[in-house]
Amino acid sequence: MYAFDIERPTRIADAVKLLSDSSESQPLGGGQTLIPTLKQRLAMPERLVSLTAIPEMQGVCLSDDGALCIGGATTHATVAAEAGAYPALAALAANIGDPAVRNRGTIGGSLANNDPSACYPAAALGSGATIITNTREIAADDYFQGMFTTALDDGEIITELRFPVSEAANYQKFDQPASRFALTGVFVAKFADGVRVAITGASEEGVIRWSEAEEALSKDFSADAISGLDLSGDGMISDLHGSGDYRAHLAKVLTGRAVSAAA
Amino acid sequence: MPKDHGIGASPMRREDVRFLTGRGKYTDDIALQGQAHAVFARSQVANGVITSIDTSEAEKMPGVLAVFTGEDFVDVGGNPAGWQINSRDGEPMKEPKRPVLAHGKVRHVGDAYAAVIAETEEQARDAAEAIVAEIDEQPAVVDMGAALKEGAPLVHDEIGTNQCFDWGWIEDNRAATDEAIKNAPHVTTLELVNNRLVPNAMEPRASTADYDPGTGDYTLYTTSQNPHLTRLLISAFVLGIPENKLKVVAPDVGGGFGSKIYHYGEEALVLAAAKKIGRPVRWTASRSESFLTDAHGRDHVTKIELACEKDGTFIAFRTETMANVGAYLSNFSTATPTFLHGTLMAGNYAVPNVYVNVKAVFTNTAPVDAYRGAGRPEATYSLERVIDMAARELGIDPLDIRRRNFVQPDQFPFTSAAGLEYDTGNYGALVDKLEEMIDRKGFEARRKASEKNGKLRGLGVNTYIEACGIAPSNLVGVLGSRVGLYDAATVRVNATGNIAVMVGAHSHGQGHETAFPQVVAGMLGIDENSVEIVHGDTSKIPFGMGTYGSRSLAVCGSAVVRATEKVINKGKKIAAHMLEASEADIEFADGQFSVAGTDKFVGFGDVALKAYIPHDFPLEEVEPGLEETAFYDPANFTYPAGAYACEVEVDPDTGKVTIDRFAAADDFGNVINPMIVSGQVHGGLAQGIGQALLEHTTYDADGQLISASYMDYAMPRADDVPFYSVDHSCQTPCTHNPLGVKGCGEAGAIGSPPSVVNAVIDALQSGGHSNVTHIDMPLTPSRVWSAMNS
Repeated sequence: MYAFDIERPTRIADAVKLLSDSSESQPLGGGQTLIPTLKQRLAMPERLVSLTAIPEMQGVCLSDDGALCIGGATTHATVAAEAGAYPALAALAANIGDPAVRNRGTIGGSLANNDPSACYPAAALGSGATIITNTREIAADDYFQGMFTTALDDGEIITELRFPVSEAANYQKFDQPASRFALTGVFVAKFADGVRVAITGASEEGVIRWSEAEEALSKDFSADAISGLDLSGDGMISDLHGSGDYRAHLAKVLTGRAVSAAA
Repeated sequence: MPKDHGIGASPMRREDVRFLTGRGKYTDDIALQGQAHAVFARSQVANGVITSIDTSEAEKMPGVLAVFTGEDFVDVGGNPAGWQINSRDGEPMKEPKRPVLAHGKVRHVGDAYAAVIAETEEQARDAAEAIVAEIDEQPAVVDMGAALKEGAPLVHDEIGTNQCFDWGWIEDNRAATDEAIKNAPHVTTLELVNNRLVPNAMEPRASTADYDPGTGDYTLYTTSQNPHLTRLLISAFVLGIPENKLKVVAPDVGGGFGSKIYHYGEEALVLAAAKKIGRPVRWTASRSESFLTDAHGRDHVTKIELACEKDGTFIAFRTETMANVGAYLSNFSTATPTFLHGTLMAGNYAVPNVYVNVKAVFTNTAPVDAYRGAGRPEATYSLERVIDMAARELGIDPLDIRRRNFVQPDQFPFTSAAGLEYDTGNYGALVDKLEEMIDRKGFEARRKASEKNGKLRGLGVNTYIEACGIAPSNLVGVLGSRVGLYDAATVRVNATGNIAVMVGAHSHGQGHETAFPQVVAGMLGIDENSVEIVHGDTSKIPFGMGTYGSRSLAVCGSAVVRATEKVINKGKKIAAHMLEASEADIEFADGQFSVAGTDKFVGFGDVALKAYIPHDFPLEEVEPGLEETAFYDPANFTYPAGAYACEVEVDPDTGKVTIDRFAAADDFGNVINPMIVSGQVHGGLAQGIGQALLEHTTYDADGQLISASYMDYAMPRADDVPFYSVDHSCQTPCTHNPLGVKGCGEAGAIGSPPSVVNAVIDALQSGGHSNVTHIDMPLTPSRVWSAMNS
């Protein structure tokens, strides 16, 4: 680790100001990716601006329109415990990493990092969530732009997430044996106007939607509805844990399981 | 009722209190006044010529005290291989020098070519990054087959080949074995990979050196399984520091599994640096350094053939293996694939013909050496996989085919076709016990229940035999060992009757501090808690050879017994004087010396006190003091054996394997502490299951270690393993050591991988995948799925 300064502002405005003061400042959520990166000396920020001491970015509540609102600096453990209004999301959070990770890692940090194997991007894209930052609201469909790439500008921070609560939803995660990130994970959510299916861990583009499955499931919300579909392994990640074809196959299996579990 | 103390009892492990409450004292916990910190500059490429190393910037950095490169060590020795292996043509193995720091060439990713000593670790790290090394990257050799091809890039140019040796065992059996296979009614052939493993001790390697300019004495605190061996290697081969001026201390060590047997260059570097700067120098590996530079394990590519009659009677085993030794010869790297592997290739079986050919191959990867089991897991895996395959081909029950070929109880001592003399055993009894443990009759019902849930269930079994208690010096000497493999113990009775036992074995998870006192206290009839074990410090203990090869109790424990017997014998002399009787009439039992046929006695404590307050001693007959040392060199290896069974469920949709149950019936001879033995088996099973299902060491074609962190290298977690069923009630005591014990530390890791793989194949076959006869470890979900869909 190289030496750095750390600030712990208690208001969003202060955090934004600290981040805009210097291009060498970097926001720090729960640090579950950034701190190991620093320990390996793979990054050299001059200053970290911690977002975890800001009360307005903490907690879970329901908005008047029934959406589940989660502060950007809310830990996975808190989401697991308090997002009961959206059980699929709470269950997803309860199965990220291990207790140490869940008590430190934050939903905003995970979505800002957009690891291609992380769980939360599948929930956000699969639910059609809104990512709220200090400057704007971004629809999930516009937010995820490829592995570790998002619509966030430099210095822009995720202050809140808004999840429309679906009629039925489920997340199926197949663990990568070492990291226990998603080797492939699928989030399926059924809304009045249709079904959304988001796949994480598989595509070289990061989290993606599977439109053919969405179409089929919107007509018939059953595992059988997708049995005839064929998801291609082209453009899927291939590594020592599995080929692109294997990941594509897993995505289909997990989609079916998610539908069965949700239905 | 179970005993509550002495031999055969299971007192709680006394050392666990300090380990579990964070009070263990490890090398990195030792903070010496004025210590400086070492950081190594390591190669990023697998094969490269060092054109230049510019340390001038680094030397000017804040806090820097010294910078070393390979140039500083050209005049000192290399870290040697401990075993001399000769090729089939009689040529000695190729043995290129392994320097303290790479000089001229780097040969694997992580190979250290420079080191910085600074006031703080961060300063040393900064300066190490400021070293400018021009390294001309060369094509790397990673694959063993490619490394042996004509024109392959060379790991060591000076030896002109990547082949270290081409060894045959037993060469005189070769022709007969070939002939037997040619004429056999049935031959089963299997090509397999025994996957490379990263040891992953919880405590990374660490070394702190201290030099006293007043006396010229060096002290090295280091993570070692065998401090005397480390001292010997540093003194006699590497730095030439006289043994009497070098103290090596291995304090609490957080796991070794073989990887801390060996001397590593970092130890020599901190010693040299401490002398140069006149201050203590410490180094602790990062986890990344552990992945890249700890000696890895296994890594064999093997073709095995089993020739048998149609009724399953074995006629011959023939094995061809390529064994990866990595970029340099680690201390026991040449013994592991040869005498710890080839000699076991008859298994538990009375097979008449065995021949093994092993080619050891240099590659641009981390050195490979003994890892829990060391050669014996490789032998067991090859044998027990090919036997399973043959049983399936011949339609014979997998336990029956083994039973049919076992060495029978009345055949011991039995000289196997691979040349070892098994002293004792009863393999049929182990299999009977195993069947009792696994409810085999209920298996079909369990299989049906799994199928109902869309899962495939399989049962896999295997047996194993191993040669452990690594010793007899005369035998290992014939086999090429350059060291003796006895062990030693000193039993020091204090004046107040309590006891310190100084042992050559080193405890780093094995529970010596609990088990050895059970032996001593049991023999002396005293309280275990009055016996303390001292280990790990060459200035305190007799010259022992340390802990590996499941040898501590069988070899060092025997030395403890011999030293305790000497104490009793001397106590008899003292008691005879105290009781005014003839020494010949003194008997010792239950902590009392008594005069035979009388009611006269003195207690052990009284004799101890008298030994140190010899006011009226007959000094011409008996010396003061009560302290005895024994060295013990056994007559043979010990031969633990076992029968294992694994039941798995395979998810055919994903290829994921779940172990539902695992049973292990082991014969360890007499057992001193059954709880510790069970714990050793549990740990070994977890490591074997890790190898079979999870641990996937992967180098890419350029020699980069892809699985270099826990993000990609899967270690077994608690939920990857089942609740084990273990038993060690089948006991055929070792015939040649005083306790009748065999080793138990490696058994689980040796015996478990084949039954896991056999179980998965059984599951897939039951699910109609009759074309899947083998899958290489680790059986990851993607590999199993690919096999099912190929």
